Amino acid sequence: MDFTRRETLAMGGAAVVTALLPLRAFAQADPDAEMVGTPDEFLAGASAGEGDLTLTAPEIAENGNTVPIAFDAPGAVEVRIFALGNPTPGVGTFRFGPLAGSRTASTRIRLAGTQDVQAIAKMEDGSYITAMKTVKVTIGGCGG
Amino acid sequence: MASGVKPRVKVPSSASAGDVVTIKTLISHPMESGQRKDGDGNLIPRSIINRFTCDFNGQNVVDVVMAPSISTNPYFEFEATVPEAGEFKFTWYDDDGDVYEEVKPISV
Repeated sequence: MDFTRRETLAMGGAAVVTALLPLRAFAQADPDAEMVGTPDEFLAGASAGEGDLTLTAPEIAENGNTVPIAFDAPGAVEVRIFALGNPTPGVGTFRFGPLAGSRTASTRIRLAGTQDVQAIAKMEDGSYITAMKTVKVTIGGCGG
Repeated sequence: MASGVKPRVKVPSSASAGDVVTIKTLISHPMESGQRKDGDGNLIPRSIINRFTCDFNGQNVVDVVMAPSISTNPYFEFEATVPEAGEFKFTWYDDDGDVYEEVKPISV
């Protein structure tokens, strides 16, 4: 069976499209994963070093339903918070605009159990820095 | 829409030009995580606010993407620079398509 050059090219193109289809479908089915995702997705192969990023979280949280956390990341354009032991590790993405008075924010998060909370900041020069805190949780916050 | 959604925002009423002010926001919302089960063991579907933004006179201050790990009644505290008199606009986007807005003026 002989193929012309044109036929071969067309088949190759179709194969590539078919291979990409499941990937696209997955990305659309789970918008969370796309928006906050996991630390590895955010870093995309880059490594995060130590730096001027402070993550504040309690050492012991009695109630995992509402754990106060705060971060301070001078010079960051984007900070993501991950709860590594939750069913979905992504917690939130903070992007700072031109009128942000500082690169700090605090909020309250849910923790399913005792685990590490990680903050990763993307700096203006494109590098990443990270900070991690272990929080002991007495009563988990995922209704289990 | 989720019932009983009520945004509350704390912004100083006045500031000097160029000042940095602290803003606190809270919105009452159940933030159903999609992980809990009801009495019969069925999963309760996810229903959360997935995004919060704060702008001042059309310029962005902060833009937050939220996942189900954000607590019930999402609370945020952050700082904003006030270059001139104007108003802060706070917007919350619900999973069900609703958008809740709150506006707070500030004088200089």
